[in-house]
Amino acid sequence: MKRRLLSVSAREGLAGYLFFLPWILGFAVFTLYPVLYSVYISLNEIQISADDSIRAAWQGLRYYYEALQVDTSFSADLYDALLHIVCATPVIVVVALVIALFLSKRYPLRTFFRSVFFLPVIIMSGPVISDLLGQYSLGLTEESPLLFSFMSALPQFLQSPVFFVLDNLALILWFSGVQILLFIAGLNKIGPELYEAASIDGASAWESFWKITMPHLKPFALLGAVYSIMEVANYANLSINEKIRSHLYEIDRPYSFSSAMSWIYFIAVLLVLGLTFLLLGNGKRETAK
Amino acid sequence: MKTGKHGLKILLGGRRRPGLLSSAFYLVLLGGVGFLFLYPVLYMCVQSIMSPSDITDPGVGWIPTALYGGNYAKAFTTLHFQEAFFNSLYLSLGPSVLTTVASCFIGYGLARFRFPGKRIWLALLVAAFFIPSQVMMIPRFMMFSSYHIINTPLTQFLPAALGQGIKGSLFVLIFMQFFSSYPKALDEAAEIDGAGRMGVFLRVAVPMAKPAIVISVLFSFVWYWNETTQASLFFGTQIKTLPMRLGSFAESYSTIYGSSANAANAADALNEAISMAGTLLSVLPLLLLYLVLQRQFVESIEKSGITGE
Repeated sequence: MKRRLLSVSAREGLAGYLFFLPWILGFAVFTLYPVLYSVYISLNEIQISADDSIRAAWQGLRYYYEALQVDTSFSADLYDALLHIVCATPVIVVVALVIALFLSKRYPLRTFFRSVFFLPVIIMSGPVISDLLGQYSLGLTEESPLLFSFMSALPQFLQSPVFFVLDNLALILWFSGVQILLFIAGLNKIGPELYEAASIDGASAWESFWKITMPHLKPFALLGAVYSIMEVANYANLSINEKIRSHLYEIDRPYSFSSAMSWIYFIAVLLVLGLTFLLLGNGKRETAK
Repeated sequence: MKTGKHGLKILLGGRRRPGLLSSAFYLVLLGGVGFLFLYPVLYMCVQSIMSPSDITDPGVGWIPTALYGGNYAKAFTTLHFQEAFFNSLYLSLGPSVLTTVASCFIGYGLARFRFPGKRIWLALLVAAFFIPSQVMMIPRFMMFSSYHIINTPLTQFLPAALGQGIKGSLFVLIFMQFFSSYPKALDEAAEIDGAGRMGVFLRVAVPMAKPAIVISVLFSFVWYWNETTQASLFFGTQIKTLPMRLGSFAESYSTIYGSSANAANAADALNEAISMAGTLLSVLPLLLLYLVLQRQFVESIEKSGITGE
């Protein structure tokens, strides 16, 4: 019999690494290196000479300062983008939850409706959707003067988010495709015996919704919220993303200024993500008590 | 009395079957929200078959007076449809198949083996999902151009083949989730029957993963199809995909048919109907694909649970 050179667990570890190796390679080359390099060029002045060689001169945080203090529109774009994210995410999550709840029930034409609600996943993003929604979405506040005057009575700080949500309702709905899938997957994981036990104990449908369905869906709500934030933040038609792209090849500061702006934006989005985790992610600590 | 009760039961529904009333409620509600969802698509379809006179006629709202195909003919030429379609096809199909194959391997490795440092790798995998593409775009561009593969499809194929394509982490997580949810006993049985690790993976695990494969191929195909920002930077000057052609629709229309100011006659000027036809043409392949795969897709979602806990 052949002598085994390695123990069983070492062999298993090796096999695991063999399967996982492509990702490690890809991560190092196509993700980690670009990320580090992007930090580097945001701190340096990059000059590309005719023979494609690159020279870098240390600038420190100059481009970050320029983005936040000198540039006239970046701060406004940043505020706009964050408003977008903060307003759209709760609406997307709630809408996706409600639609998923309805889709998981039994009723006629179920397959048809499921196909309709998964449609955004297929057509979403790209120039198509901006073409469609940029001009032809339902502008609710413009069409209904009653709604408009009602809204105008709201305090100032509430006005702009509410207006935003109403004016972009179709767009927001179209962002909810994947989140609907998430919630449906979550709903499928709740065993029917839980509801049966609850109804034997005399719980109404309303009670079992709040006591069984909602707690089970909480981790999925967190996932859905995180996904929505990323999706909205990376939406190509957001003015901030357009701005970052448009400054890519500026003659006197190629790449650097764009990189600095995208890092500021990324950090801001990370802060929003952190807040989301604080709001929705406390489930584990509670159960640990 | 008894029939009355029976009638009520049909109306409100019993334990087993939904009642008429609740069915009607769901239909109205879902119909309403569904209309909001479909509104842009319906608008696009209707507009795209309107003749120039229908568009300017205020009396024509939603229903055109006649079916008019001229918009499609013009949009077809403007988009360079045939060429752009095949570009889009191989530039979406290639990365999506590569992503699926790679994620299948990687997800299996994460789900089925214990190896040192796995938790750290998993954390990095999730972290990689959060890094926005615009942060990595410029360095990737500089890297690709130093290897002289800019303007070739390799710029999309290579990252995809190593699990770093569009939302690559998500697909790895889907496969990992899927592979960790089916019983390990199946693997062990095959191993006792003498299959090696590769044999178990190829003969037992992969055939079982069909739902995850359907989701992965379809999703990444769609996301690659619609992606234009990276694509136009990496190969946009040489290879034009359908969504890129759509992005420059107005300009290329005016070079083919003359600008709207000096068009030979008003009927040839670019109007909303023509751009709607162009938009519809550029997503038509996706819609057809979805129609074909729709049943499998919906079933796959129920079976696989597209989540990473």
